[in-house]
Amino acid sequence: MEDDAPVIYGLEFQARALTAQTAETDAIRFLVGTQSLKFDNQIHIIDFDDENNMINKSVLLHDAGEIWHISGSPAEKAVLTTCYSKTSESRVLTCAAVWRMPPEWESGSHESPDDSSNNPQTLELLCHLDNTTHGSVACVLWEPMGDGKRVISLAENHVLLWDLQESSTKATISSSATLEGKGQLKFTAGKWSPHHNSTQLATANDTAIRGWDLRSMSQIYCIESAHGQLVRDLDFNPNKQYYLASCGDDCKVKFWDVRHINEPVKCLEEHSHCLQCHMILQKSF
Amino acid sequence: SFPGITAIQRQRETHIYSGWSLMGRRLACLSATTPPDSDPTGRRRVHSMLQLYYGLNEEGKVVEQAESLDPCDINGPHFDPEVYLNKLRKECSLGELMDHESCTVKQIRSLDSDMQTLVYENYNKFISATDTIRKMKNDFKKMEDEMDCLSANMAAITEFSAHISGTLQDQHAQITKLSGVHTLLRKLQFLFELPARLNKCLELQAYAQAVSAHRRARCVLQQYSHMPSFRGIQDDCHVIMEQLAQQLRQKFRDGGSSAKDLSECVELLLQLDEPAEELCDKFLSHAQSRLAADLQGLEAELKDSPVTDTGGLFVSNLCLVIASYQELFINRPQEGELASKKIPEMANGKLHVFVDTLAARYFSLVERRIQEEKGVGDNSLLVRALDRFHRRLQAISKLLPGSAVPSQGTEIVVRAARERIKQYLSALQTFYHDSLTDVRQALAAPRGATSKDATPSLPELLTSLSNFILNQLKSVLASVHLFTAKDITFSNKPYFKGEFCSQGVREGLVVSFIKFICQSSRQYCESAGDRGGSTPPALLLLLSRLCLDYETSTISYILTLTDEQFLVQHHTPVTPVTALCAEAREAAQKLLNHYVKVQGLIISQMLRKSVETRDWVNTIEPRNVRAVMKRVVEDTTSIDVQVGLLYEEGVRKAHSSDSSKRTFSVYSSSRPQIRYAPSYTPSAPMDTSLLSNINKLFSERIDIFSPVEFNKVSVLTGIIKISLKTFLECVRLRTFGRYGLQQIQVDCHYLQMYLWRFVSDENLVHFLLDEIVGSAAHRCLDPSPMEQSVIEVICERG
Repeated sequence: MEDDAPVIYGLEFQARALTAQTAETDAIRFLVGTQSLKFDNQIHIIDFDDENNMINKSVLLHDAGEIWHISGSPAEKAVLTTCYSKTSESRVLTCAAVWRMPPEWESGSHESPDDSSNNPQTLELLCHLDNTTHGSVACVLWEPMGDGKRVISLAENHVLLWDLQESSTKATISSSATLEGKGQLKFTAGKWSPHHNSTQLATANDTAIRGWDLRSMSQIYCIESAHGQLVRDLDFNPNKQYYLASCGDDCKVKFWDVRHINEPVKCLEEHSHCLQCHMILQKSF
Repeated sequence: SFPGITAIQRQRETHIYSGWSLMGRRLACLSATTPPDSDPTGRRRVHSMLQLYYGLNEEGKVVEQAESLDPCDINGPHFDPEVYLNKLRKECSLGELMDHESCTVKQIRSLDSDMQTLVYENYNKFISATDTIRKMKNDFKKMEDEMDCLSANMAAITEFSAHISGTLQDQHAQITKLSGVHTLLRKLQFLFELPARLNKCLELQAYAQAVSAHRRARCVLQQYSHMPSFRGIQDDCHVIMEQLAQQLRQKFRDGGSSAKDLSECVELLLQLDEPAEELCDKFLSHAQSRLAADLQGLEAELKDSPVTDTGGLFVSNLCLVIASYQELFINRPQEGELASKKIPEMANGKLHVFVDTLAARYFSLVERRIQEEKGVGDNSLLVRALDRFHRRLQAISKLLPGSAVPSQGTEIVVRAARERIKQYLSALQTFYHDSLTDVRQALAAPRGATSKDATPSLPELLTSLSNFILNQLKSVLASVHLFTAKDITFSNKPYFKGEFCSQGVREGLVVSFIKFICQSSRQYCESAGDRGGSTPPALLLLLSRLCLDYETSTISYILTLTDEQFLVQHHTPVTPVTALCAEAREAAQKLLNHYVKVQGLIISQMLRKSVETRDWVNTIEPRNVRAVMKRVVEDTTSIDVQVGLLYEEGVRKAHSSDSSKRTFSVYSSSRPQIRYAPSYTPSAPMDTSLLSNINKLFSERIDIFSPVEFNKVSVLTGIIKISLKTFLECVRLRTFGRYGLQQIQVDCHYLQMYLWRFVSDENLVHFLLDEIVGSAAHRCLDPSPMEQSVIEVICERG
């Protein structure tokens, strides 16, 4: 892999949302959601063939709006959630929904990329994560290694835990928590911890990182001023249950032990540009 | 020709040159050939003659022998006048013969006169020698007569003397006998009187007399103890002396008497064959009880007594004890059977043990007392105390040369000095923190108040802080310097000459303190920064400048000062100035970077809030520059002023000579195609990204959080970069309506008008603002930008 030339894939629109197809265990497959205000947005399914160092792509139409966040179901390859902004009556609201890919993409066996660009197929809407009462959704998180029945959405300052029923066509809020404080608090990112039987959640708002216990829906820790500027994203170490990484607009990557939140375990300052987004592929720590 | 003559002549020449023989044969040889005689054989002959003359003939032996056989050689041993004459006659013309003859005659004449002179001189000497011998003969005769007379006299004297001694012989023997009897009688009388005398002495407590009397008699009594009369005396004496010894022991045990009495007592007991070891023990235990009382007194008033007086009494008493003990047991000239008992060795061992145990207790007390001395105010007191302590121990070392006590004492002094340095370091650190707190308060106080000139400005604070620290450091150095003052006894110990100066003062105090400053400065960056930023930015700036000043001058000044004051000789490797400077510079850099981050964060937060909290889709048509932008410009200006107080201006890239107007026109008109122009044409989305991407390719990459340089422009550039970048990122996350975009346009134009002057490269501001407006246009639902002229009017008005 190191010897091969880097593989570059260009999108015609700007994009901010990227995720791995979580339920797919054989192929290396990513989903990318585009952002365009004027054109129909797309979801690109990118297959990376690491033997030939090649990329295969397929495009699905996502005409609901520009995609701010995307996340794949851990149980079903074809099911995914997006957070998309919808402009209606000169109001911009970010909504979340659960979608299913047309059956032929599910397996990634679709063989005619030329056709797809000409006549892209549309995603099938399974259900909305109705948020009219809670405001814009920042991101939707699937239960890690779950059965694809539970998702969490972060809407403004609310944490909402949804149960998906009837093959994900119906979503009901099973519990929720609200972040109270002065000023307009708003979640910017979050991650569902794969440890502790998936009972913990970490969220970021402004410069703080908070941990939540999903059983009691209460805050369990809070790293105030984790970064000098906005926390962009965070992730858990898949191998070590207490370790957490975060990145922020202060160009730093910090690693935390949530048991000792006073100081980061490690702090990287090598970047001199804002970190836009991060996908942590931690193998070991 | 006449080779003989030339030979003679040459011989003469060699005579002349013989005076130069010191110069060596070769020179003489060369000189001898000075007449331009080109004949090589002639030259060789001269050479051989010279060798002959100087008695050297190894080299030219063959030649010489051949030469000397020549009968024509007038100087040779085989000279044959006949042959020579014949040869001359045969070979020379008449004239030459004549010349030769006159020459020969002349030579003969001069030889004759030489001979005459010699003969005359010899004759004269012979005459005077004859005279002398004659005179001596007369003198000897006279002397012989006198000697004869002397020997006759001596014989007479010897005879008389023998006669006299013969006469006196008998009487002398009688006198000797009589005097012997007299002595014996006196001794006997002494013996018979002894018991009475001893009793009397006992009554009068004149122990010394009694002992000495008894000692004199003891041997005799011992010897004649088989005679009943002597035996009686001996028994009497024994009883009396027993009694006396008892009394003495009692006196010794009571110990109430003075040291002098005591020592007398001991001396007497020793003479009475009392075992020395027991006496030593008793003496020492007695002394110990007294000294222990001293020590207890010392311990009791340990805290109250001034440190300088600690243990003076004890040490002097100890010295007294040692002195008297040595006087008694060690230095006493030993006679008779006492010498064989090796008392000094035994006594010395006991003394050492005794002194060591007492000294250990004393030292522990002294150390406790020194540890009490925590205040760093007046070091001279402690130094004086240590000096006295050391001096007292010197006395012990003089008394007791092999003792480990003085070196232990020196160790205590060294430990105290080390401890002192640590205390000073921590005092300096506390002082530094306190000064920083003061500065912090001074910085915090005026913020609420309106009058700026009432409080000290940043440069004043900086100089006062710097001076405070430097003065404090100097005074500490002066205090510590007392340890090495010339009149202090321990200052010439190797520790105080070497390690104390280099490792202690230079490394342990000065270098540690400088490192501490850097360290604590760095801590301001690390802890306070991300956690709420409790450090006021002005303090960061001030500290940064302080560290930079340290790097440029203060560190080397302080270290030079230290080295000069303490004459530091670096036996061990010490921290070089450059390393410290590098550390200070690093700290300064970190602080300044942090300052930029903090200030950038403050402005960023304003911008972020202003973008995030607004509904950009449903906003009204812009009429004004938003207040937050004015606030940003105001804050930037005040930061500019603040930084300008401490840092130099710095270098800008040459910018257009005109005011903001001109740069603005560049911004607005000369590059419209690379800004949001593509967004006018929604039919060509590919072109938009293509053009903007190409634009990005050709513009320089901007490192937002890159390190700044130590000047105002660089600092301001850093802050503005961070602020505008945040602005850009926030804009990218929003969706804009038509008027939202126009408001951003107005805001950016306003920023453009004011911010360019602060940065090193105005293109940077242009670029970032272009990006912001471009991104806003991209995120705009209805991208119809505002007329440039309208924007300008609004900005001028605002």
